[in-house]
Amino acid sequence: MSILVSKETRVIVQGITGSEGSFHARQMIEYGTRVVAGVTPGRGGQTFDSMVPIFDTVADAVRDTGANASVIFVPAAFAADAIAEAAASDLGLVVCITEGIPTFDMIRVKRLLTGRKTRLIGPNCPGVITPGACKIGIMPGFIHKPGVVGVVSRSGTLTYEAVWQLTERGIGQSTCLGIGGDPVVGTTHLDALRLFNEDPDTKAVLMIGEIGGTAEEEAASFARERMKKPVAAFIAGRTAPPGRRMGHAGAIISGGVGTAQSKIEFLQEAGITVAQSPAEIGETVASVI
Amino acid sequence: MKIHEYQAKQILKDFGVPVPEGEVCATIEQAAETAARLISAGTPVVVKAQIHAGGRGKGGGIKLARTAAEAKAAAANLLGSKLVTPQTGPEGQLVSKVLLERGVDIQCELYAGITLDRSRIEDVFMVSTEGGVEIEQVAAQAPEKIHKARIDPVTGMNPFQARELAYKLNLEPEATKEAVKVFLNLYAAYSQRDASLAEINPLVVTRDNRVIALDAKMNFDDNALFRQKDIAVMRDPAEEDPLEREANEAGLNYIKLNGNVGCMVNGAGLAMATMDIIKQAGGEPANFLDVGGGANVETIGNGFRIICKDPNVGAVLINIFGGIVRCDRVARGVVEALGNLEVKIPVVVRLQGTNAEEGKKIIGEAALGFKWADTLKQAAEMAVEAAKGGAR
Repeated sequence: MSILVSKETRVIVQGITGSEGSFHARQMIEYGTRVVAGVTPGRGGQTFDSMVPIFDTVADAVRDTGANASVIFVPAAFAADAIAEAAASDLGLVVCITEGIPTFDMIRVKRLLTGRKTRLIGPNCPGVITPGACKIGIMPGFIHKPGVVGVVSRSGTLTYEAVWQLTERGIGQSTCLGIGGDPVVGTTHLDALRLFNEDPDTKAVLMIGEIGGTAEEEAASFARERMKKPVAAFIAGRTAPPGRRMGHAGAIISGGVGTAQSKIEFLQEAGITVAQSPAEIGETVASVI
Repeated sequence: MKIHEYQAKQILKDFGVPVPEGEVCATIEQAAETAARLISAGTPVVVKAQIHAGGRGKGGGIKLARTAAEAKAAAANLLGSKLVTPQTGPEGQLVSKVLLERGVDIQCELYAGITLDRSRIEDVFMVSTEGGVEIEQVAAQAPEKIHKARIDPVTGMNPFQARELAYKLNLEPEATKEAVKVFLNLYAAYSQRDASLAEINPLVVTRDNRVIALDAKMNFDDNALFRQKDIAVMRDPAEEDPLEREANEAGLNYIKLNGNVGCMVNGAGLAMATMDIIKQAGGEPANFLDVGGGANVETIGNGFRIICKDPNVGAVLINIFGGIVRCDRVARGVVEALGNLEVKIPVVVRLQGTNAEEGKKIIGEAALGFKWADTLKQAAEMAVEAAKGGAR
């Protein structure tokens, strides 16, 4: 099987009529994802590409289509509201692709999600894919291959690079999850390890991290105590200067916290095999399977 | 985004946090006039260089003047000079403004600050009796002297939390009351202005038990600047590296570093990983540059121009993962963008992903002299070797 998404997942695209939303809705449909509805306020009653019904609200879309997941492409200023709207309909999974959401909005949304059944992935992330079954996000589908390695990462293209290295070696993936590069994200590395740990079809996990914060360390502590499967990792940013934001809002070494070196040492002490170079991610995973 | 001390103090003042009486001055004459107005019998003025970097005191950027003439001399000395502090790097930062403030009769120095605790996903408000030194140092040496309150994002900081923190500081009753007000107002400024850090260090208690922000530092969430327009205009381009400023205006994510191997990559994580592998191949990256997930003709062209303006760059490595935008299209983009430029330095191209073979063919047929690399490791080694050929 996999985690989070499967052939049964029924997806709403929030912001389906925007340029990003419509492009990726088509890509997801082409991959085989069951896109059952779109939401754009003011466009309810119309149809996207003569196949997907559009609704004014998430609540309407859920009532009419039985959707259980959504993916968000709405602009940053409105994205936190879109997440809240999806959570109000108790969707099981909400994937927010949007980049640039204010941190304060995310802190409040995260609080709003506490105790609810909705799991948020992202924001500022490529999404989640179970190869051959369901893709919710913007990653190129064809680089993936069904298999047994779970992948979790804060990055986009670096994840594609890593997945490609796996696929080229014939190593398939159970589910690949991009959790996003912001300081506040819905699902963390730790959450992902917990999910992969319980998934019978995931035999090993690749965790891709980067400078900033302590999310990788928290996941590593869990791995040391509870993980039943081998974990390989790569941490980007050994050469990143302190105090500078390296593209991702969350990729910053501040007050000496969050250096690549400290993360790598922490992970290794927790028994995780860390690839020394981004060119060696594939072979590092191969060595732990 | 960072702002200057005088700007942060203006924001805090607007939110009701007491700050010393003062004025920011851009000329020596203005400084002399201001000093004459502020200095009264027995009360000196402080002349403070306005640069973003910390450690100004250690670098000689903060001077005490007892007379207007002394203040004028201090301003003349600082204005137009390059101030070197432990945080500026050896080249220093140009001082174009000084803040003159009336001296304050200090009883004790405290610390107050608020920022996001990323692992708890909550703002944390911190106070300490150990003001005037770096809070990281206090945290390392005497963590028990830092008192914290976790702020609920729905209710904001509650008055009882401000009281609890203030009582921990063992102040006179009058000063305690003032401190409570300062804490609540500091939180209001932080949350209503979408700050990522608001810090008063030192926060001083005067001999007559007033509580005043002697220094102020505020950083802001770049993602929220769209709704904080009056904060966004406080950006000081003079504080930014000229190449970074140009890249920023072109919508590119560029950070200048000190090496000689330029690199252009799509995506921030892959860009960092590319810098790392350049270093592992024995070189030093000249920059971080993320041209965005899609990497089109315009971003590639702009990125390349900016990289090449750095005189240290001896070779450029283009590393693009072709996903939904396939490698053949990225390759055409590279050829189109760079074909029009006069490329005088070695360029190593590595495209990976869909249609990489077609990409390789397009780069080869364009006959622009670009070197093709099949793997990331090979690409880094080739670029490092090519850069040894010497900077221009």
